[in-house]
Amino acid sequence: MTSVETKSRVAGKPETGQPVLIIDDVVKTFGDAEEAVTAVDHVSFNVKQGEFVAVIGPSGCGKSTLFNIIGGLLGEYDGNVLIDDERISGPHPSVGMVFQEESTFPWRSVIDNVAFPLELRGVAKSERYDRARHFIGLVGLDGFEKRFPSQLSGGMKQRVSIARTLVSNPRILLMDEPFAALDEQTRLLLGDKITQIQQELKQTTLLITHNLTEAVQLSDRIVVMTYRPGKVKRIADINLPRPRTSDVVGSDAFGHYVAEIWNDLREEASRGMQESEQVARADRRHG
Amino acid sequence: MASRKTPLVATSWFPPVVGALTVVAIGCIIEALLRNDLPSPNTRYIIPLPSDVLLAFERIVVEEGVLTRTGVSAFEVLTAGIACVIVGVPLGVLLYRFDILRRALEDWIAALAAAPIVLAFPLFLVLFGRGSTTIIVIAFAYGLAPIVLKTLEGLIETRRVLINVGKSLNLSQTQMFWKILFPSAIPSIFTGIRLSWTFCVIAVIGVEFLVNLGGLGQLINDLAERYDMPGTYAGIGFVILVSVIFFIILEWIEKWLQPAR
Repeated sequence: MTSVETKSRVAGKPETGQPVLIIDDVVKTFGDAEEAVTAVDHVSFNVKQGEFVAVIGPSGCGKSTLFNIIGGLLGEYDGNVLIDDERISGPHPSVGMVFQEESTFPWRSVIDNVAFPLELRGVAKSERYDRARHFIGLVGLDGFEKRFPSQLSGGMKQRVSIARTLVSNPRILLMDEPFAALDEQTRLLLGDKITQIQQELKQTTLLITHNLTEAVQLSDRIVVMTYRPGKVKRIADINLPRPRTSDVVGSDAFGHYVAEIWNDLREEASRGMQESEQVARADRRHG
Repeated sequence: MASRKTPLVATSWFPPVVGALTVVAIGCIIEALLRNDLPSPNTRYIIPLPSDVLLAFERIVVEEGVLTRTGVSAFEVLTAGIACVIVGVPLGVLLYRFDILRRALEDWIAALAAAPIVLAFPLFLVLFGRGSTTIIVIAFAYGLAPIVLKTLEGLIETRRVLINVGKSLNLSQTQMFWKILFPSAIPSIFTGIRLSWTFCVIAVIGVEFLVNLGGLGQLINDLAERYDMPGTYAGIGFVILVSVIFFIILEWIEKWLQPAR
């Protein structure tokens, strides 16, 4: 990283350990009074500067709803999501989002995809290309600057999306299951890349995932959610040493954390499965 | 290590060569059938020998002013086609932007695409007179609907996640349109343009033939009325040839404008 970028990242950021994102008693309900479904139910936790936090839970626990609220895509909710005491009610410049679905712009080359947020800000072409090249290198895509997304693999496209988000220098990197569509090996290797970037940039990161090994591999803390309505069941500290690589997956401590969190998750996942089966049976009965 | 040879079927020239050979083979089969009075001896009165059609090409170029006529037809097609783009794309955007307009007009525009507007040529003759304007207006009416509908479809089918990327970056409505919605819709808009211009070619040649006015359509009409069957088929072949060249150029432009394709 250049010294200019290092300074710009550090300037204006709270000290490590200070909460930068506070989620306080957040409730989100969909539908009208009679058929209301509570997706997120009194959820509270915070994310400290430089910390990597994962939110994990079974399908239907409101993870993506929480992602959309924090990202400002769902403006109406009860409770507070705060960044610097400012309540989030729309997209916030401090939050950079990486989506679950492949989200590169197919009509733009890799470098133009990554430079897109800078182009919106009116940054001069040479400067935005310099900065874009830096982040393309950071995600390991040197030499692919002029390629188009159709010429890249799924994992490479997701790295382009991550670089595009990082180029805006967000204080909080918010990711919604970014590796969900990838195979396990690619997922582990990209996990390494994310860990490396997070350590290099001291990037505060909130990862939404349903993948237990991914959560343990990457995180400092894991917020375990209950099945619908989504509440915080437990917040687990992951005290695996850093710098971390995917080698950690083979360690006893890793296995211990996975087993421990799976104990919490199993009950919720079973509940989700049973409920889905009941709904499917009811649907079959009603034709 | 020996260099690996590209399989014949994977070369870029193989498909067009197969296509050309297929046309030649069909021509040879027809030639053989007609020379043997098959399916009946009378067939040669309505279907000329392909070899005679080939010979007639030179005649229609030298004697019938086919190049000038091509210019007239091309002018009419391009004028109508460009008008379709200028009117059709914004109209598609309007339908996307205003839901009430879309719900009110989409079905009517789809019906317009299916309507045989060419048959209403007497009405257009009364309104615009017997000249190029009538042909251009009919071709415009014929080619408008595909561009409107495909523009609308392209905008509607912009992936939700791309719009969410735009929202997360706090894009204004104008930025959202020009930076995300419109570029995302361009492949669909081009499909609309290709369909629209095909309709324009059909309409221009068809109306020229029907009202015996203008370029290549009139030439085919003249030759048919003179019962010059090889000339008529050569004229039709010339229209096909010009159309193929026209759409190859359109495809090049499309590739140039969309390098990511």
